[in-house]
Amino acid sequence: MSLRQIFVLGILVLLIMACNKEVIEKIASFTGFQQAPHFPAPVYNITGNKPTQAGFELGRKLFYDTRLSRNNTISCGSCHIQSAAFTHHGHDLSHGIEDRLGTRNSQPIMNLAWNTHFFWDGGVFDLDLQPIAPIINHVEMDETVDRILDKLRVDKNYPALFEKAFGSQEINAVKFLKALSQFMLMCISDKSKYDSVQQQKALFTKEEAEGYTVFKTHCASCHKEPLFTDNSFRNNGLSPRSVPDEGRSLITLQASDQFRFRVPALRNLSYTAPYMHDGRFYTLEAVLDHYERGIRKSNTLDSILQQNSKTGITLTATERTQLLTFLKTLDDKQFITNPILAEQ
Amino acid sequence: MPFQNYYYMKHIVICLAFILTLSACKKDIIESTDPGELTVEFDNIVGGQNLQLNTGTYTNSSGESFSIDLLQYYISNIQLVKADGNIYTVPQDSSYFLIKEQDVTTHKAKLKVPGGEYVGLRFVLGVDSLRNTMDITKRTGVLDPSGGMSNGMYWSWNSGYIFFKMEGLSTFAPADPNGNKKIRYHIGGFGGYSSPTINNIKTIQLDLKTAGTAKVSATKRTNIHLLVDIAKMFTGTKDISIAANSTVMFGAVSTDIANNYTSMFRHDHTEN
Repeated sequence: MSLRQIFVLGILVLLIMACNKEVIEKIASFTGFQQAPHFPAPVYNITGNKPTQAGFELGRKLFYDTRLSRNNTISCGSCHIQSAAFTHHGHDLSHGIEDRLGTRNSQPIMNLAWNTHFFWDGGVFDLDLQPIAPIINHVEMDETVDRILDKLRVDKNYPALFEKAFGSQEINAVKFLKALSQFMLMCISDKSKYDSVQQQKALFTKEEAEGYTVFKTHCASCHKEPLFTDNSFRNNGLSPRSVPDEGRSLITLQASDQFRFRVPALRNLSYTAPYMHDGRFYTLEAVLDHYERGIRKSNTLDSILQQNSKTGITLTATERTQLLTFLKTLDDKQFITNPILAEQ
Repeated sequence: MPFQNYYYMKHIVICLAFILTLSACKKDIIESTDPGELTVEFDNIVGGQNLQLNTGTYTNSSGESFSIDLLQYYISNIQLVKADGNIYTVPQDSSYFLIKEQDVTTHKAKLKVPGGEYVGLRFVLGVDSLRNTMDITKRTGVLDPSGGMSNGMYWSWNSGYIFFKMEGLSTFAPADPNGNKKIRYHIGGFGGYSSPTINNIKTIQLDLKTAGTAKVSATKRTNIHLLVDIAKMFTGTKDISIAANSTVMFGAVSTDIANNYTSMFRHDHTEN
C-alpha cells in the first residue's frame, strides 16, 4: 500500500467516522416538537410556548434539579423516573420530601401535550400550572415557587440559561413554568411497535393482532387510540379504601363524580407498575382480574362496566393472553431510553 | 376721534371677554374628560370596631367571639357609573387588586379614569372565570398563581383563585392536633373549567349618591372610601356558626359565606 493509498484510506475512515458521529448526534439531538402523523392535534397551545433547544434544556435542568424542594433533596425526576416512563416505579403511593407519603400513584410524564386535565382528579387544566401543585404540596416538595426562583437567581448558571431560552437574565415564575412545560411537552411516546404498525412500518404478529381485536372490543371505548385514553373521568369499580379518595368529586363537588378518576393511558405499561390511582394492583393480571370479578357496584360505577345486568369484563384465557401480548406493543423503549430526556 | 376710540375699545373688551369666557368654557370641558386619579379605599372593620389584626376580639351573629390574624381578598373588574347611566369600565388588565389587611399599601385600589362625576361603583369580589383559565403570561402581579407563601390566594390542586381568605382564632372552634383553635375561611370557586361546580364570583354594586359622588379631574385626587364589615360574612342570608363551621374551604358552606359577604361593602364617604 502506497503512502497515497494509506492517505486516501485514512480520509475515507475519517469520513465514515464523521458520518457515524453525525448520525448518533442526530438521534440524540433536539428536533423540536414533532407530532406523529397518527396523533391528533395537541391540546396544549404549542405556538404559544414552542419548545426551543435552549428552553427545553433549561426545562430539563429544572426538572432534574433538587432545589425545587424545600431541603434540596428531591426533584421532579425523583418521582418521575424516565426508565419507568416517568412514573415512580414500584411505589403504590409516591413518597416525597422526608419520605412523607402521598395518597396517589404518580402518573407518567408522557404525551402531556394531548392531556385535557392533569392529576387523577383533573384538578388542573393547564400544563403550565401543573408543577405548582407538587412544589407546594407538603408531602411532595414542600417548597414555594418564590423561594425556588430566589435559589435560581443566585446560581452561577441559571441566569445565563434563562437568557438563552427567553432573551433576558430575569428569572420569573412565568419563564420557570414555561420552561418546565417545554421539557414535559417533549416527553412524547410515539415510537412503540403499535405506532410503527399505525404508520405501516411494521406488522403485528398473529397473537398481537388478535389481542388488538380483543382490545378494540373490550377496552378501546375508554382507552381511546392512539393515546389510549379518552381524557374522561370514570369509576371503574375499585372498592374505596378505609379513608376513601373521592376522586373527581373533590374538584367538582358533584355527587355524580364521586370515585371517578382520570382514564390512564395504556402506553408503557411494562414500565409503570403498579396500576390504578392508588397503585393497588402490581400486575396486569391483577388488573384484568379486577375487571372480571372485582368490580364493586356503586351509584357512579361506569355504565360500560355494567351491561346486560352483569358487571365487569369477562375474557377467555386465550383472549387474556392475546390482550396482554397486544399491550406489550405499546411499550416504547426509545421513549424510556432517549438520552435527551435523561438527566445530563 | 377719542369718542370713536372709546367705542372701539369697548368692542374689543367685549370681544375679549367673550373669547375668554369661551376659552374658559372649553378649558372646563377638556379638564372634565382628562383622566384623573381615583382610588377606592377598602377600610376593613368588624361590626362597629376598626379591625385590629391579632389583638382585636369580635363577636359574630351567633354570639361567638373570635380574632383575626389574616384577611385578604381580591377586587377586580371595576366599573364606574356616570350620572347619565353611561358606564366606564377600567381596562381589565389593570383591574385586579389584592387587598391585604396586613399591608396598608394595598388598601387603596388606584385607578386612572376619565374626568367626570360618577354616581355608582361596581366591582367583582374575586377573580372572574375567564382570568382563572388564562395563560400564565396574563396572570402576573397579584394574580401570579405561583405566589405561594406571599399571597397564598391560589389553589394549586384544584386550579383556581381563592377570592377571600380570613383566618384567626376562636375558643368556639374545635382544637386541631396542635391544640390550636383556628378558624379558616378560604372562599373561592369560579364555576369550573370543564364541569360545572360552585361559583362564588360576586358582583358588588354601590350607589355613591347618598354618601357623595366621585368628581374626578386631572387636577386632584379623588378617593371613594368604603367600609368593609367583615362580620357580615357570618350573617345575612344564612348564619354561619364557628362551632359548626370553623374551617370552610371548597365546599357547599362556602356559597353561604359568599352570599353573606356580598353585603360587607358600604360607601362611607368620598374625598373629592
